Amino acid sequence: MKSKIEVRGLNAGFGSTHVLKNISIAIPENRVTAIIGPSGCGKSTFVRCLNRIHELVPNAWVKGEVLLDGKNIYSQEADPVDIRRRVGMVFQKPNPFPAMSIFDNIAYGARIHGMKDIPKIVERSLRKAALWDEVKHRLKDSPASLSGGQQQRLCIARALAVEPEVVLFDEPCSALDPVATAKIEELILELRENYTIVIVTHNMQQAARIADYTAFFLMGELIEYGETAQIFENPRDKRTEDYITGRFG
Amino acid sequence: MLGRKLKDRLFTAFCIASTAFALIPLGSVLYTILAKGLSVISLEFLTELPAPAGQPGGGFGNAIQGSFIVVGIASLIGIPLGITAGMYLAEFPNSRLSRAVSFTADVLTGVPSIITGIFAYMLVVLKFGGFSALAGGVALATMMIPFIVRTTEEAMKLVPWELREASLALGAPRWRTTLQVVLSTARFGIITGVLLTMARIAGETAPLLFTAFSNRFWFDGVMQPVATLPVMIYTYAISPFEDWHAQAWGGALVLVAMILALNIGIRLVAGRRWQ
Repeated sequence: MKSKIEVRGLNAGFGSTHVLKNISIAIPENRVTAIIGPSGCGKSTFVRCLNRIHELVPNAWVKGEVLLDGKNIYSQEADPVDIRRRVGMVFQKPNPFPAMSIFDNIAYGARIHGMKDIPKIVERSLRKAALWDEVKHRLKDSPASLSGGQQQRLCIARALAVEPEVVLFDEPCSALDPVATAKIEELILELRENYTIVIVTHNMQQAARIADYTAFFLMGELIEYGETAQIFENPRDKRTEDYITGRFG
Repeated sequence: MLGRKLKDRLFTAFCIASTAFALIPLGSVLYTILAKGLSVISLEFLTELPAPAGQPGGGFGNAIQGSFIVVGIASLIGIPLGITAGMYLAEFPNSRLSRAVSFTADVLTGVPSIITGIFAYMLVVLKFGGFSALAGGVALATMMIPFIVRTTEEAMKLVPWELREASLALGAPRWRTTLQVVLSTARFGIITGVLLTMARIAGETAPLLFTAFSNRFWFDGVMQPVATLPVMIYTYAISPFEDWHAQAWGGALVLVAMILALNIGIRLVAGRRWQ
């Protein structure tokens, strides 16, 4: 199995707080990898290191290597703007741009990257995000008129519009109801055909449902990583077992 | 002992009375200006030049025109400078320069307007050898800038950090994120602040006394002195002539009406939601 992202000895934090401790992990191409673990274990910080968003926060620091297709995204020559286009992200809370229409939300990134035939890109992205039929008659409307689940799918469409290779999901369903959650999960399973997906989740059933591989983080360390079935049915580490059986976290 | 309900009523009554008391000066000013100014207002007053002293009639047409021009010049200078400086403060709050700019803006806000006039006098009047509309515009722009800097900064800081991250995560450069996402999200707040500032400076008199000065004729180029409503009202109000006093009230009414119209405009902008 080809690795899309290979993380080697990644350490990260804010000021004197050391959040991620020596993480090494290989994320396979065109698969869904779930990151699970209790709050504050560094899950979000970890995915935010994969597209160089972490470093935007004041006092944030990163050490170590993250290889995307074999090239270190933290090397001197690497351009964070280009990396962020290749590694898209969907956030915990739906965050469409409120001052732009539904259409412009999706066209924004495509225009920035000088892509041609914007209306086609908008339609294709909305179709991929399973939102086209719900919004095709009101592309000029404000995204505020959409429900929370629709807004999150709009954010997915927005991320897909710039043609990323990897999509990071940072607890994408934590603000959504079960129906909207089911739709997003279904969507992630479809996207897996063409994208490498990393999803941070609090919800272990969600990881079990959609992830091919699961990594368990605890206090900034990677405790265990393997195929999802193995992690949930036959964990090797006592701490993983305690967490998935609900003994803590 | 007083009952709880009675205490509640007393306190409410006290609050209502205080509010009414605070509104008395405003009502009184509006009433006096209307009572004394309304009889002067006519098409002639709004569109004609002042009559020579001793002659009846004439108007404040040139002062109305001049006020628009001077406020316009001030806006052309002050709005772009103020908004860009405000953007800088909002997006780079921790740099040494932004702390200096922030402190300067605070100090400038408190500078008496007559000092601003002296500044523009030295900067423009002495340099170009005479009173001018440009000098008046510079004086008012100097007053505008700190207010616009602050409102822009506040409006942009209200834009959630998540939106900046969403834009940067798409591979958008920082400058496009600031202009297309942050600025556009904050635009109603900024427009409101700009209009409020314009309304505020439109009535300034002191900075114009020795910059724009005054003129009894129509606007004659930015390098010439120009009449403005506040200065004209001042000149007419301190004159020894009865009919000039009446015209000063008329001018005051026009000025108040203009500022009121701007404020109503602000209400409309601020109340507008995304369609």
